Amino acid sequence: MNPLAAILVRDMRIAVRVGGGALMGVLFFLVVVTLTPFAIGPDLALLKRIGPAILWLAALLASLLALDRMFAADHDDGSLDLILMGRAPLELVVAVKGIAHWLTTGLPLVLAAPLIGLFLNLDAPAEAALVLTLLVGTPALTFIGLIGAAIAVTLRRGGLLLAVIVLPLTVPVLIFGVAAANAAVIGPVPFGTPFTILCALTLASLVVGPFAAAAALRQEME
Amino acid sequence: MRLSADDLHCHRGGRDVFAGVSFAVGSGEALIVIGRNGAGKSSLLRGVIGLVRLSQGRLTLEGGDPELTIAEQTHYLGHQDALKPSLSAAENLSFWAGFFDAPSLDIHGALDAVGLASLAGLPAAYLSAGQRRRLSIARLIAVKRPIWLLDEPTSTLDVAAQGRLTGLMQAHLASGGLIMAATHGPIGLAKTQELRLDQASPSLAQDQGDEQEKP
Amino acid sequence: MALLDFANPSRFLRFANTTIPWLSGVTLIVFAFGIDQAMIAPDDYQQGATVKIMFLHVPSAWLGMLAWGVMTVAALGTLVWRHPLADVIAKAAAPIGAAFTLLCLVTGSLWGRPEWGTYWVWDARLTSELILFLLYLGVIALWRTVDDPSRAARAAAILTLVGAIDLPIIKFSVEWWNTLHQGTSVFRLGGSKIYPTILIPLFIMAAAFTLLFFTLLFAAARNEILRRRVRTLQLMQASQVT
Repeated sequence: MNPLAAILVRDMRIAVRVGGGALMGVLFFLVVVTLTPFAIGPDLALLKRIGPAILWLAALLASLLALDRMFAADHDDGSLDLILMGRAPLELVVAVKGIAHWLTTGLPLVLAAPLIGLFLNLDAPAEAALVLTLLVGTPALTFIGLIGAAIAVTLRRGGLLLAVIVLPLTVPVLIFGVAAANAAVIGPVPFGTPFTILCALTLASLVVGPFAAAAALRQEME
Repeated sequence: MRLSADDLHCHRGGRDVFAGVSFAVGSGEALIVIGRNGAGKSSLLRGVIGLVRLSQGRLTLEGGDPELTIAEQTHYLGHQDALKPSLSAAENLSFWAGFFDAPSLDIHGALDAVGLASLAGLPAAYLSAGQRRRLSIARLIAVKRPIWLLDEPTSTLDVAAQGRLTGLMQAHLASGGLIMAATHGPIGLAKTQELRLDQASPSLAQDQGDEQEKP
Repeated sequence: MALLDFANPSRFLRFANTTIPWLSGVTLIVFAFGIDQAMIAPDDYQQGATVKIMFLHVPSAWLGMLAWGVMTVAALGTLVWRHPLADVIAKAAAPIGAAFTLLCLVTGSLWGRPEWGTYWVWDARLTSELILFLLYLGVIALWRTVDDPSRAARAAAILTLVGAIDLPIIKFSVEWWNTLHQGTSVFRLGGSKIYPTILIPLFIMAAAFTLLFFTLLFAAARNEILRRRVRTLQLMQASQVT
């Protein structure tokens, strides 16, 4: 088997086994969205207006779950030493681990979003825009998160640090993700304008994330 | 094939972990690194494969694959077993075989060589410390690499498993491989040379255990 | 202590193996009868045929709560008597209860769409049902996260008991919270007059759902016991290889 395929299969297998993190993100997503009406009241008109923003915030928080263990688990059991001795470039290994994380955490969020959107009374165009922006935007969240996960690799309490260092970096994604979702429903900006920028942000993070994370891992390991 | 080191130094955390270490190991030879706790055995092994930065000195490999680095031709058996508890023994092993792009994936044969064939389907979480160690050793069998770096390979192994490991090491040497092992006890190999790591600033190193040397 | 005597996993296995076929047969018959009765029940003069969703919706709501009740009793069994069968029952009941609660939520929103014009409102009853569903998912997630069954059982038992205390509080606070912000919704099925022509099929369906619940519970508990035996055998196998 190809080294990168081996990493992909292994990480996804671990995620769906007992103790793995797959679908935990969806549950977290659902809980956060459920809490919002308790805080701001059950006014459906208001919920409908701020629905995309709530869902985006919840997806942002949910996609950071389990990210702190992504490299730390491999570091703690010695796997990272061996990964560094492989012939596959570390940048690609990191990128593949990011893809595995997105497939088990980010993609379920995208698929659950329309269902959870029903709770906020979103209508069909809003749902479609939301799913599209999340589909394009959540990989950026994971790949920006990779950098934090790599920096926090040797720390015992990496989870909180990860959130603190990663969340500010995700602000642009949040801005344009919500802007695009809102543009599709309310206007006045056409959907394409913020959406194109969101795509650009994702493409940039797909490149920057693995390089920065691999550099951080190399520094930490020496 | 010949792995030689000339005047290696490692300086970490304000002290010399080891200094002025030189050695040369050829095909079919084993180098046993001995020394008390904290003498820098683990750091030396990790230094050879670049997991610890060497502050000075030169490492050369003659007769290896010139396209590959030393680390890419080396197996490292460290203190940790690099196993995922939720994956089965066979899944753990075939992951590493796949990751190291092994041409022949004889997972069953490798498990058999360490006496774990009957436990192939069990999650690694169910295995004892010695069985986990043996599963880790199976990696060296499943994937062919000429250099073996073994850090305390016999720890947690019982007498029978130690004997089996000796057999595997002899076979590896016989097939032209080379071994560098850090150990306290006897390792049961015929053709060995010893490298003693005791001279490096002992007064500062007294309280440092092997575990603390890792980054 | 006949109950404790009976609560031996091997004896339960034998009991489950003999009862499950009978129980499934009876469940099928009662379901056939109940669905038939529900079909011939008169339509509502306002809602038309959509009222028939009630025959699925109301029993699944009841069973969703009954399952938590079963889990609460089992949780006491786990914590007070440390009984392995109680662990098994609690673990088996959680996904079934979650499924009934989900069925209740889904049928409810399908019913709500024509009646209220929306799939969901943050009404007191709907909201507390959703929270019950979330609590189920939390318990299931806990079972899935802890590998060692007896440790997972104790943790899940504590969570179940806290949930049992918390559920009425959530229900009351949600009603209070909702009356403060009386929104766009009115829950129409407020314990008012229901005619026997509808009530009798409803009770038959409730009986069918209850039978279904126990059939599934016994089957799931049997599977869980077998799964644990496999795990024990595997651990034994690992300890025998030298």
